[in-house]
Amino acid sequence: MIEVRIHGRGGQGNVVAAYLLATAAFNEGWHAQAFPAFGAERRGAPVVAFVRLNDKPIRRRCQVASPDFLIIQDEALLQVPGITEGLKPDGCILLNSIRSSESFADNIKNNIVTLPATQLATEHLGRPVPNTALLSAFIKLTGLLPQASLGRALEERFKGDVLNKNIALIEAAATGLTAGLWKETANA
Amino acid sequence: MSVKDKTIAIQDLRRKQPRFEGIESGHRACLGCGEALAARLVTEAAGPEVMIANATGCLEIFTTPWPESSWRLPWIHSLFENTGAVAAGMESAMKAQGKNTKVLAFGGDGATFDIGFQALSGMLERGHNVLYVCFDNEAYMNTGIQRSSSTPHAAMTTTSPPGSERMGKRHLKKDILSIVAAHHIPYAATSSVAYPSDVRMKVRRAMEVEGPTFLQIHSPCPLGWGHDGAYSIKVARLAVQTGLFPMIELERSVLIGSMPIRHQKPVTDYLAMQQRFRHLFNKNDSRAVEELVHIQALADHNIKHYNLRGEGVDSMDSDGADTVRRGGMRWA
Amino acid sequence: MRKALEGSQAIAQTVALCRPQVVAAYPITPQTHIVENIARLVANGKMDCELVSVESEFSAASLVLGAACAGSRTYTASASQGILLMSEVLYNIAGLRVPIVMTCANRAISAPLSIWNDQQDSMAVRDAGWIQLYCTDNQEAVDTTIQAYRIAEKTELPVMVCVDGFTLTHTLEPIDIPEQEMVDQYLPAFKFSRALDPRNPTSIGTLVSPDFYSEARHSHHHALLNAVDEIISADADWEKISGRAAGGLLAVDGPDDARIGILTLGSVYGTLSEARDEYPELPATSLLKLRAYRPFPADALRIACQNFTDLIVLERALSPGYGGIVASEVHSALANGTAKPRIHSFAVGLGGRDIPMGIYKQLHERIKVAEPAPFAIIDVALERLPVEDFGIETPPIDTANG
Repeated sequence: MIEVRIHGRGGQGNVVAAYLLATAAFNEGWHAQAFPAFGAERRGAPVVAFVRLNDKPIRRRCQVASPDFLIIQDEALLQVPGITEGLKPDGCILLNSIRSSESFADNIKNNIVTLPATQLATEHLGRPVPNTALLSAFIKLTGLLPQASLGRALEERFKGDVLNKNIALIEAAATGLTAGLWKETANA
Repeated sequence: MSVKDKTIAIQDLRRKQPRFEGIESGHRACLGCGEALAARLVTEAAGPEVMIANATGCLEIFTTPWPESSWRLPWIHSLFENTGAVAAGMESAMKAQGKNTKVLAFGGDGATFDIGFQALSGMLERGHNVLYVCFDNEAYMNTGIQRSSSTPHAAMTTTSPPGSERMGKRHLKKDILSIVAAHHIPYAATSSVAYPSDVRMKVRRAMEVEGPTFLQIHSPCPLGWGHDGAYSIKVARLAVQTGLFPMIELERSVLIGSMPIRHQKPVTDYLAMQQRFRHLFNKNDSRAVEELVHIQALADHNIKHYNLRGEGVDSMDSDGADTVRRGGMRWA
Repeated sequence: MRKALEGSQAIAQTVALCRPQVVAAYPITPQTHIVENIARLVANGKMDCELVSVESEFSAASLVLGAACAGSRTYTASASQGILLMSEVLYNIAGLRVPIVMTCANRAISAPLSIWNDQQDSMAVRDAGWIQLYCTDNQEAVDTTIQAYRIAEKTELPVMVCVDGFTLTHTLEPIDIPEQEMVDQYLPAFKFSRALDPRNPTSIGTLVSPDFYSEARHSHHHALLNAVDEIISADADWEKISGRAAGGLLAVDGPDDARIGILTLGSVYGTLSEARDEYPELPATSLLKLRAYRPFPADALRIACQNFTDLIVLERALSPGYGGIVASEVHSALANGTAKPRIHSFAVGLGGRDIPMGIYKQLHERIKVAEPAPFAIIDVALERLPVEDFGIETPPIDTANG
């Protein structure tokens, strides 16, 4: 079973990211589960969502305490104590940041890849919502799902201009990343 | 500096601290929250000799994330529907104890227009010495933007979504002020966060009244209305300047004052700024065109009914003059 | 059709399939997404019903009562404070024997104020006279909602479908939404025998003197007891159509040689079920999924517990000043008959506290006592409380995630 924890702020599409990932995986034949750790409706407040993927039905309902992957939608959240808590030793972090992955090597022991998701989103969507860009990168890096699966999941949720812009965004987000870089962790 | 060092005796407050801060910063409101601003203005004008009963809703949630509280005033949150009754109880106790602490009741439009309507009516009818302030952001915002009876006609909420069969909320915004005024209470008024001096003035006027008083303060919600938090004041001002939110005062149900609109703005100026009305700007939808006409008619009706139109053009017809009327930049 | 859906979305689509004519909506976390989804279906012409956004839960329940008595199939949903606010109407609906179905998105009760998942709300109205069915996952929520209409309209008793708030309502998972034809085949059109109709005038809700009240209550009580048959057959009939059973009254899952049983209501079942697989070294354990809480399936429980030395009742509520609610009813049911396990009573996950996989091991540790301890909130963090609030000392919880 693969467990992902997605950290973000209210308004960054944190929960939608979790739902999209689970939907894309489901469409590819996985059993999937996604849910938020909930709080009051508030823009800007730290939020967490969880995703589980498995080859058999998932019955547990507890929060993800030992994720294989972290997706951090807002770099400032790294200051929050405990944000990487429970991450497996070979676990990997995908971080929304304009800084290079290497620049985090001193502070973070885990594999980390950065993506300037906010900038990409602003460029393609006109809005700084980093979730779909990060998902696209996540899928490329883990090789868990075909890249096209995300586009198909987006089609279920969006249409028209919003959909088209997101499709362009996820293509842009995946370029330049090493496919299957995190395959080992994904298959563990 | 510890809390103790900052404590000032009540009798010294007005000298040492020209503005009383009943709400401390650090609460969890969204950027540009109209309700947070309104609550700050109200408590500032009301002063420290008050106690507050607060309904369930955004204000209560963002000011008291346990174990923190931003209130520097005695404050209680009980339930959603009983604020009028809880306040009435507090007031009764003050009467019984011969104390002068004024009771304030705070509620959103959901709590006031809908679920707590009965308790409000009872409190007004029995003549309790309570100032009830309704922070009107026109929907159940804390639960994620659902329609209340205060939601304006044609507005989109998650329970009044536009679609092939619907154009947003079907029903009109409930005229709460007329209903409240029909209880023949000494003072009832509307105000808006775009006019902070007006808010303070009306709060002070209400505080002086011995008996039930009611204030409905128009408070934009950037998330729910669909605009950037930086534009909350601008949006609120347009609501007033279009005539959609009349600024009026009633004493025992008689209209005794209103803020004149010198330059009536078309409702589209106001509606176009908010995503919750974006379905009204679909030129291919004849229903949308119809609704815009309808909403303009509502605004025109308000202006006529409350006599909001100033007497023609004069030298005071400028944004600068409007600023002065609102109390000037210093106090804005 | 099988889709990845959020629980509330699935429930809303299922309600639409059941063709209610009148739906009352009032927002309260965490049920709001259900009524929002219904509103969207109505706005887009995909659901043909009178959707009324009422001014409080009290009115929501009153509205569906009126609509049902006037002969329409109805729906509403609520949680927590809303359930309490409408409680007077809930008793009224049940006493009047009106077939109504509602979803309770289980949530904790103020004070302290909490929007998160536990079952204090539905437990608070256990005596209102409703059938209460609990779901352990969103597929059961879908299937049980459909069955609820059949059960309610057959027995003329209202049915509350309890679905853990957030834990189920806001979780996206693969769910099979039945086809409209299947539901139409399963649910006949609603015909209320006592509907208000000028052509056949009846008076509903009259004052009843001591001469007749006891008979009315006896009749109601026995209607609930007899409803077990309908609950069982509704599930069996739905299984024939859909291929899925939702658990009947009480479902038992475990090896024949299991001497320990854990009884739960709702979604914690899933976590325990996977946790059991992670601790094969622990003694063989049966998991009891209590689906029908009212009527209380005492007979089924006695049969299930025949060979247990220990029965753990793990609930998401309590009666302050007394202890476990379900546990006390379990004690009472097992007082008669030959099943005599030691009964251990715990509450867990109050106010939405996460229930980790480690709870399974924790429970096995806690029952290694000479005498079952009195009721305890198993995951309370005593170190956060002043010593005088400790009560009976409990060991700290193991929060390891399996």
